[in-house]
Order: sequence, then structure tokens, then C-alpha cells
Amino acid sequence: MLETYPQNRLARILLWSFAAVVMAFLMLPTLVVVPLSFSASNLLEFPPHAYSLRWYENFFGSATWMGALRTSLILGTLTALIAVPFALLACISMNRLGGKAAAAIQSVLLTPSITPGILLAIGLFFVLAAQHLIGTLFGVLVGHVVLAIPVACIVLLPALARFDWNQVQAARSLGANWARAIGGIIVPQLRISLLSATLMAFLTSLDESVISIFIASGRNSTMPKLMFLSLRDQIDPTIAAISTLWTVIVVAVVLIVTLRQKP
Amino acid sequence: MTVVRDPALAADARRERRFFLSLSLPALFIVGLAAILPILWIIRQSFLTTGGEYTVGNYQKVLSSGLTWSALVTTLELSLGTLAACILLGTPLALALASVRPRVANVLMAFVMLPLWTSILVRTYGWLVLLRRDGLINAALTGSGLTAEPLSLVYNFTGTLIGMVHYMLPLFLLPVYAAMRDIDPNLIRAAASMGATLRQVIRTVIMPLSAGGIFSGSIIVLIYAIGFFITPAVLGGGKVNPLSTRIERTLSTFQDWGSASVLGILLLVLMALIGVMLLAARRLVAQNTVEASHA
Amino acid sequence: MKSLAITIESVHKAYGSYVALDDVSLDIQAGEFLTLLGPSGSGKTTLLMALAGFVRPDSGKLLLGDRDITRLPPNKRDIGIVFQNYALFPHMNVLANVAYPLVLRKVPRAEARQRALDTLARVKLDGLAERNVAALSGGQRQRVALARAIVFEPRVMLMDEPLSALDKNLRETMQYEIRRLHDHLRITTIYVTHDQREALIMSDRIAVMNSGRIQQIDTPQRIYDRPSTRFVAEFMGEANIVAPGSARRIDGAEASRETLMIRAESFHLDAKLVGGDGVALEGILRAKAFRGENWLLTLALDGGQEVLVCIPAALAGGCAELAAGQRMTAYAPAAKVHAIPGAMA
Repeated sequence: MLETYPQNRLARILLWSFAAVVMAFLMLPTLVVVPLSFSASNLLEFPPHAYSLRWYENFFGSATWMGALRTSLILGTLTALIAVPFALLACISMNRLGGKAAAAIQSVLLTPSITPGILLAIGLFFVLAAQHLIGTLFGVLVGHVVLAIPVACIVLLPALARFDWNQVQAARSLGANWARAIGGIIVPQLRISLLSATLMAFLTSLDESVISIFIASGRNSTMPKLMFLSLRDQIDPTIAAISTLWTVIVVAVVLIVTLRQKP
Repeated sequence: MTVVRDPALAADARRERRFFLSLSLPALFIVGLAAILPILWIIRQSFLTTGGEYTVGNYQKVLSSGLTWSALVTTLELSLGTLAACILLGTPLALALASVRPRVANVLMAFVMLPLWTSILVRTYGWLVLLRRDGLINAALTGSGLTAEPLSLVYNFTGTLIGMVHYMLPLFLLPVYAAMRDIDPNLIRAAASMGATLRQVIRTVIMPLSAGGIFSGSIIVLIYAIGFFITPAVLGGGKVNPLSTRIERTLSTFQDWGSASVLGILLLVLMALIGVMLLAARRLVAQNTVEASHA
Repeated sequence: MKSLAITIESVHKAYGSYVALDDVSLDIQAGEFLTLLGPSGSGKTTLLMALAGFVRPDSGKLLLGDRDITRLPPNKRDIGIVFQNYALFPHMNVLANVAYPLVLRKVPRAEARQRALDTLARVKLDGLAERNVAALSGGQRQRVALARAIVFEPRVMLMDEPLSALDKNLRETMQYEIRRLHDHLRITTIYVTHDQREALIMSDRIAVMNSGRIQQIDTPQRIYDRPSTRFVAEFMGEANIVAPGSARRIDGAEASRETLMIRAESFHLDAKLVGGDGVALEGILRAKAFRGENWLLTLALDGGQEVLVCIPAALAGGCAELAAGQRMTAYAPAAKVHAIPGAMA
């Protein structure tokens, strides 16, 4: 965009130096964690004097952490399995209704994504407390599903808008009822978008911390909740090992999504 | 038209519409149950005593407390500070990224988006490691002789702000970068051919055309910043208390559900106020765009 | 007496203030090939989609045989449809696409496969059954769409501008093949197009539509030679609409009192080739153009109206010598002169 001004070299050098500093700022905290997780010392020294896998052993040897990992993975899977079908049906509904009805549905479904997490968390806490459901997997699950539905909708709505509705009409004219037209024609053709939506919903749950902190407890504590507690209380490099693993998992999921979207 | 609609066919049309509406019901139901009902419940809870009787005492208690007002001020300071930092850091970065070939820019964007895909807790931990008294940044500062004493960068306002800016910056960058990418390079060539200097091009062409993106980015930053909880709770070290951490403390430590609800409602009111101001600001931005392009 | 396959009874459809179908009634015989012809926005596709069940009329009745299908959902209508963009399922191969309606009807696997293969052979796609839909050419996709629409032996087939995406040569081949397939299977077919040549070539009858109304339903020859409205006359080809008083009978000086439709190719320059009951048009030659197989002359009548005259090159002995500005007369035989009923010029 600025190549029209080749003579302004100084401005360009300044701009890029500034950009480089900001980019370093963005990447630094994620990257600094990695070498720390392989440190042999229990001090947070950087760079570490000696390397070891003891913090990873610590993590995998801890029943508490393993339990939280299991909870988070189960929660993420259930969230995706519930949120994506719900979101798909809602998106088909919005796509067909159009106009004000679709806009109204969309604004309701997007409410959770613009509401501060702390409000959802305490509100949900009150509601669940009244039903004696605090600390249950169900409580956290509904919280995660409402956060994942808008995420899935953002992926699926444009995919449906691109979808050739004649295909559904063709299937209908050939004898398919609605269930078969959705299951046999729409779902297989949106499979890449559905996979993206599923992974994004999974990630949304995996990454969610505020609702977990308020609702999850005991053996239903999630990874983010345990990480939050241990950051507040004491910090040792176990967290670095967990953070590194966590980032690797998330980046792997993101890579799968982006690579699958290419074709 | 004199043609009368066939009532049976009209009923079929309504039935079909109801069918499509019904496809939204599962999603609407769960959002109603787990997002809208909870917010209404906060309002109800704010009028209840611990015993379950109706009262306005919670409001009197919360609104007369100095802690509430300092929390409100902290919330605003953090939000506006984060917004200002995002604009100052993000806009030039977006300009730099938008001025390179798309292929290069995509690779750089992937790095910029890395934090977006890292758990907030991982990042917060990273900042703790970097900003501690014996952390990497203080080591670099004292080692190079820039400061004699290590600075206190964490467990205070500065640390919280750094953490929040780090969280918001990629979110701010996305719409700004998209807006700048969309600018037709021929507009810049045209301005140059009419004698505009680089500075004038940035001021009279690039910035007005990116205003929409900067505005969207700012909305996103404010929406997230107002209720932000994790970063102040960890990097603030108990010394930085916006509404969000005050709500948590009132609820968890003092078990005062009524006061926590009142604080929640304050947060809602603040969001509504900012929403109204943003709507007004959007009109202003739209006007400025027109004026600047006439300048 | 032939039985009726489809009856459309005063169907009306409006979108807000826009009237897409304005009291349309139409009877189609069993085994007939009927074309809905009209410009875009004339309502022809809306009518087709109403028959298919994708557009719900505001009022009116649709009958298939003697069964009322007005309120039947599309999947219960047993109508084969070929869509304009074919709407083949890209996640299924050719065989799976064609077998799909049979699978929905719970036809046993082996039989479904055999019937699909037979149908593919009928549309000359043998050997492509396992091919991916994306790997097919436009013409091949067209044939798959055709096979899929006929494999379950529907009583009626609807085709929505099925050839509009093909190039000219392929289009002509497919016109011939679709018509041949129809003659073989005798499936009642409603075919939508905006191409009047295509309609003339393929149809048993043509219904010309404009602004949501059927203007005329007739055989191709009668639609072409005896248009009942000025719109039909002009839509079907190079038609000259001659105002009353401009033409006179060759054997008398009496001027016609009606609005006449004379096609450009109906004219002769030699009065002897036209009977005494033919008409003569006199005027000044404005322009002439040689178009290979014929000459196109533009004649300005005395009233100021311009008339196009098309003379086959083989019969146009003197055309090359004609000069613009000269006075001349064009003659048309009575059989080719058609008075448009009720039309005021």
C-alpha cells in the first residue's frame, strides 16, 4: 500500500521497527513458557541452567491434574456435540426465514458472546444454586453450550448462505422429507464447515475459564479452573509444562481447522 | 388485487414458517435457560435479602460504599487505558501488515494471532514470569543499566493493563487490518499523483477509510474490557479491583449474593451506557469520514 | 379422447405488490411436451416451481391427473425436475445421484443399481457411473440430471431452462435428444425456456407468458404464424406490425383496416410470386444489408413506419442494384399476412 512512496525510507523503517516490537510483545508471553517448562530447577529462572522433564512428570503423575484434563476433554466434546447440531438447525431456520425473524433469532443467540463472562457466571451460579446443581458437570456444560452456539453460528451461517438451496429442492422433488434432506444433503456438503464449527465449539469450552471458576468444583474442576487457582496461590514450573501442552493442543486443533478449510 | 387468498393455502404457508421457526427452538431454549434467565435472576437477586425477602438494602449498601465507586473508576481506567493502547499500538501494526504482499501478511498475521489461540491462563502465566521483580524484563532493564532498581511491573495496575492490552490487541487488529486491506491501492496512487505527501495520504485517505475498522475494533475492545476478570484477578494481585473482581470477592469471600447482584447490575448499566455512547460516536465517525475526505 | 395429465386452475401468486402469476389456467394432455415461453420475469419459472411444490400459490388449484396436489409437499408429488443449474449432489458419484430417488423409495439395492445403470445407458452415459460429478462436462451433467429425473418413472417431468448453461452446438444436440427421449418415454413434460427457437423446435404446444399471464397456447406453427397478441408476434421473431391503412391489396386499391403482422421473411420483391389477394407495402428504401443467406432491407412506409424485409439470397436477383433512397414495393402472400385480433396500433 505504501510502495507508492519508495522515497520515504525512514518512515518505513520506523513503522516496521515499531511493528516488530508490537509483534514481539504479542508473542513473548506464549513463547517464554516453553523453555521454562523444560527447566530442571524449581525457580522461575530464565533461561534455565539445566533441562529436565520433571514438570511434565509432575503433571502426568498428578491425579488432580489428570482428573481436570479428563473433565475438560469430556466437557469440550459434549459441548461440541450439543452446540453444533443446535446451531446448524438454528442457522437453517435463520437462512429460510430471513428478514426480521432471522435478525431477532440471531440477536438472541449472540447475546452470550457480548455479555461479560462474569455476569453469565454469577447469574448461572444463582440459577444452578436454586436447583442445587452447583459443581455438577451439567451446570458447566450448559454454560459452555451457550458460549459455543454463537461461535458455531458464525462459522455455519455464511456456509449455509453459500450453499445451493436447489440441492435441497432437488432432493425434496426426488422424494426426500425434511429430515432426509438435512441429513443426506446439507450435512454431508457442509461437512468441512461443520468440522470447523465442531472444533471451534470444542476449543471454546476448553478455553473457557470464568464460568468454570464459579460453577465447576471438586472432581468436576476443569483445567482452566485449576490453572487459575494455582496461578493465584503458588506458581511453580508445572504450570509452564501444562501451558506448553495446552498451547500445543490448541494450535494443533487450529491448524487442523485451517488446513481442512483450504480445499 | 381482488384475488382472495385461499385460507387452506395460507394456513399451509403459516405452518411451513412455524416449522422453520421450530428449528431454532433448541438453540433459543438453551440460550434462554443458560444466558437470559441468569441475567434476569441477577436482577431478582439484587432485591433479595439473604433470608429471601424483598429489600432495597442491597442497593443502599453497595451504592454508599466507597469500594464500589473506586471499582467503577478502576473499570473505566482499565477499559479506556486498554482501548488507548490498542489504538496506539494496533493501528500502525495494521498499517504495516496491510502494506506488504498478502502472502507475507498472512504468515505475519498467523504469528499475531498466536496469542488469540493461547489460553488466557497460559498468557497470564507468561506475563507473570516476564514481569516479576526477578523476571526477564527486569533482568534486561537492570542488566543494560537502564534502571538501577528492578521496576514493580506486576501485581499492580501496570501489570493488569499490560495483560489486558495483550489480550485485546489481536481482537482490535483484525477489523482494522481488514479495513486497511480493502483500501484500493489506486486511491493512494491517485492521491500521490495529485501531490499528496505520505503524511497527507495517511491522514486524508488511509485513516478516514480505516475509521470503520478502528471503530469496530474499539467496540470489541470495550465490550471485552469492561467485564474482564482473569487478568485483574491474577496480574492485579488483589490490589487492582474493577467491578468484575469485586463481584467475585463479594460472592465468594463474603457470600453476599445481594450485593454481588447489585454490582452485576452496575456492570450491565455501564455496558448499556457505553452502548449508547458508541451509537452516538458511530454517527460522529461517519460524519468525520465525509469531512476528512473533503479536506 | 386423451386424458389430462395436469390441470392448472386459476392460479394466483403475488410477492407483495408484485404479481408473479395472474389467474393462470392451463390444461396439459398426458404425454404432451409443453413449453412455457417468455421473457425473464414473465412468471414461467414461478408456475413451474408451483407445480413442483416450491412456490405456494395464494389461490387456485393444481391437479395431477385427477389428484389435487395443491397442498401436497414436494416429496409426495412424484414429479421429476431438471434444475437450471442441474443441482447434482457433489458429495455423491453419478450412480449415487441417479439411484438417490430409488433409495428414498426403498427399492432394493441391487434393483436400484440396475435401474440407475439402465437409465444412465438411456441417456448415453454408460461407463461413467462411478465418476465424480465434479469431473463431468456440462453436457454430461445435464444428462445425469435428466437420468435422475426420469429414473423413478414420474408421471410428469419439469425442466427449468435446462440447456441455458450449454454452448450453442451442444444445446442443439441436447434439444434433439431430450425430444427423442420424450418421444420414447412419453412422460408428460413441461419445459421452461426464454429461447423462442428452442420452444419452436421441441414443443407439441407452446404457452407464451408475459407479466404473469398466459398470452397464447397453441402449436408452434400457429404461435409463429397466427400470434394472437402483438407481444406474442414480436417475441416469436422478426415481426413487422403494420398499422391500419399502410397496406393495400395487390388486386385492389383498398387499404387494410386492421393491424397486420407480417414476418420479415414473408416478403417478395416480385408481385408475380404473390397471389392477387396478397398485400403490397410501398415506401422508400432506407438501408440494406447482406447477411449471407439473405438480404435485410429496411423500408420506410409513407406513414413513416419502418418495415424489415428479408429476401433469401437465392431469390434476390435485383437486391444488389437497389440504392438507398429509391422508392420500392414489397409484396406478401395472403397466407402470411395475419391480422392481430383486437390490436390497436
